Amino acid sequence: MEKTLKKYFPVFVLPTLIAFSFSFLIPFVQGVYLSFCNFTTVGNAEWTGLNNYKLAFSEGQGFGKAFLFTAAFTVVAVITINVFAFCVALLLTRKLKGTNFFRTVFFMPNLIGGIVLGYTWQQMINAVLFKYGVTIVSNPKYGFIGLVLLMNWQMIGYMMIIYIAGLQNVPGELIEAAQIDGATGLQTLFRVKLPMVMPSVTICIFLTLSNSFKLFDQNLALTAGAPMRKTEMLALNIFDTFYGKNGYQGVGQAKAVVFFVVVAAIAVVQLYFTRRKEVEQ
Amino acid sequence: MKRKVVSLMMVTAISAALLAGCGNDKGGSDAGKENNDNQTQDVEDNNSDDTNEAEKPTGEGSVYYMNFKPEVDAIWQDIAAAYTESTGVPVKVVTAASGQYEATLRTEIAGTNAPTLFQINGPVGYQNWKDYCLDLSDTDLYKNLSDQSLAVTGDDGGAYGIPYTVEAYGIIYNNAIMEKYFALEGAVAKSMDEINSFDTLKAVVEDMTAKKDDLGIQGVFASTSLLPGEDWRWQTHLANLPIYYEYKDAGVGDMAEIEFKYSDNYRNILDLYMDNSVSAKGLLGSIDVAGSMAEFALGQCAMIQNGNWGWGQISDVSGNTVVAEDVKFMPIYFGVDDANQGLCVGTENFWCINSQASEADIQATKDFVSWLITSDEGKAYMSKSTDEGGLGNAAPFTTFTEAERSSDPLAVEMYKWMESGKTSVSWNFTSFPSQTFKDNFGNALLEYANGNMTWDEVASYVVEQWAAEKAAAAQ
Repeated sequence: MEKTLKKYFPVFVLPTLIAFSFSFLIPFVQGVYLSFCNFTTVGNAEWTGLNNYKLAFSEGQGFGKAFLFTAAFTVVAVITINVFAFCVALLLTRKLKGTNFFRTVFFMPNLIGGIVLGYTWQQMINAVLFKYGVTIVSNPKYGFIGLVLLMNWQMIGYMMIIYIAGLQNVPGELIEAAQIDGATGLQTLFRVKLPMVMPSVTICIFLTLSNSFKLFDQNLALTAGAPMRKTEMLALNIFDTFYGKNGYQGVGQAKAVVFFVVVAAIAVVQLYFTRRKEVEQ
Repeated sequence: MKRKVVSLMMVTAISAALLAGCGNDKGGSDAGKENNDNQTQDVEDNNSDDTNEAEKPTGEGSVYYMNFKPEVDAIWQDIAAAYTESTGVPVKVVTAASGQYEATLRTEIAGTNAPTLFQINGPVGYQNWKDYCLDLSDTDLYKNLSDQSLAVTGDDGGAYGIPYTVEAYGIIYNNAIMEKYFALEGAVAKSMDEINSFDTLKAVVEDMTAKKDDLGIQGVFASTSLLPGEDWRWQTHLANLPIYYEYKDAGVGDMAEIEFKYSDNYRNILDLYMDNSVSAKGLLGSIDVAGSMAEFALGQCAMIQNGNWGWGQISDVSGNTVVAEDVKFMPIYFGVDDANQGLCVGTENFWCINSQASEADIQATKDFVSWLITSDEGKAYMSKSTDEGGLGNAAPFTTFTEAERSSDPLAVEMYKWMESGKTSVSWNFTSFPSQTFKDNFGNALLEYANGNMTWDEVASYVVEQWAAEKAAAAQ
């Protein structure tokens, strides 16, 4: 059996490999190449070396500022989303009435697209701020809080489902043994349940971290970077560079490559650290 | 080992065939059809080479137009069908989603079936697309242009972009409300003729605001839409005026650095808009263009700054109280040369022919655009209003007679102002450095409205951004 599998290995892997190359590998390599070029369309690229990277980090590009804003947002969003999602998951794994209904309700926002959510929340937040004679773009703080609220609303449901799955897999005998040994509820939570759901924590932090860092739709729809690009995140900054200035497509591409490296590095570091906390059952 | 290689090759062959199959299916609707059209046409050509030659001057070329305006997509499809029917030349029209033109064009033009006809927004757009623009100075399009200075020219003097419509903007006012005001006791002015400068406009507007309850309006001006992405009426259109006068003083058409000499005039008119508007200043960041157009259409305000394209938007609002006869234009009185200043007339829509297309396609495209501006059928499509199945273009070509003009109320007003002997303000914002500059300008205006920036900060920011973005574009 294994021999046959080995024999037909290329047959099974090839279609996927071809699709993967066409939709990911080739565009990726081309993208990296274009980041060293000056181009209008992908067909008329002209090699300019590291110039694009120099321009990308030059003053007035707002790349550093966007990075700081994105980092601040990511820290706040990752913590709040995971804490709230875990709490909701704990609540909904108690044998309460209507848990299935609530699980569905909490998961629903995740099914709505980012642009729609962004505009909806812009309207809602403006409706509240209307009373004070200001709007979401009056102050960058409002935009920041708005983004955190929006992302929490959207992501909590998804993370909750993952935590629920994790919590349901905690063996009953472990909890029972802890109770017999006289552990309090909090002790059971932190010493038994939490270590046992570490694989869920790993995946949830990974998802929230990378999604927050790569956030684009919600940012564009909610504030579009206003006021004065103070609420502009990295992805939006790249987009604006690419489409906002003539001859800056290459710079946008260079920023995108830097962006990829940063996101990949952060994700790998995070996976390494949370993996170490996981325990074998 | 050998068998492995053979099986690998077979798999590759099968997958390739599969993928090719997918490709055909996907492109079947557009590209496939076009190919078929071409093929059948080839066959016809072969069969009736000698008899049909006169009817088919274009050989086997085809036209692919990348349309900029989603609102007239259906009309372009009709035009394409009508042209194909009468000449046999296949015409394909694809419309980019609103705001996605540059992005769509970028993708399409890099493909194998690239658009043969596309549009740019002026000299700045030309810089971006010059590798793809054909010199059109020997075409009907350029020769029939009523004012050849309107064309986008390259460094070599060639005409690379030809405008196919002209548009105008100014302050649109609701004459019914104005008449009501003139009839009031103690009105500052008694007729529109008396409003002929910034000072009288300001006096009238401020007096109207004081009497807004008598007039049944919530503000004189519709809300200044400063929502990000909805601020083009201020960072592009209104900003054209100070730049126009600055260029005029210097006798140039472009500058690497500006002084923003007329920033105070700009501020005065902007303040007038914001202080006498339907919404409070702090809330302007939540208002979009459609919202302020609706305020005007519903009779909540008397004036709004916009262009002749806005008529459709006004008449489409349900429950609108404004009738066509009452919709009129006045210039944006700027306090510099009010006695002679007319509306801002120009265009941002220039046709370009793809220089990298095949000879046959280029010829077919030239014939197609020439048909649009010279044949009766084509001209009718160009100039009839959108309600009647036309594009509603005010086409700037000598081939159009007066009877063939658009009948939109604002288009009528536009012609009236253009022929009034006043000097139309040209559209110099086509030379603004970049979209980023405009966005940053709009952002600064928002900060000004919110009280987070003083006007001096805004003015120096604009000067600084202009220089920075021009320098960036020059690299």
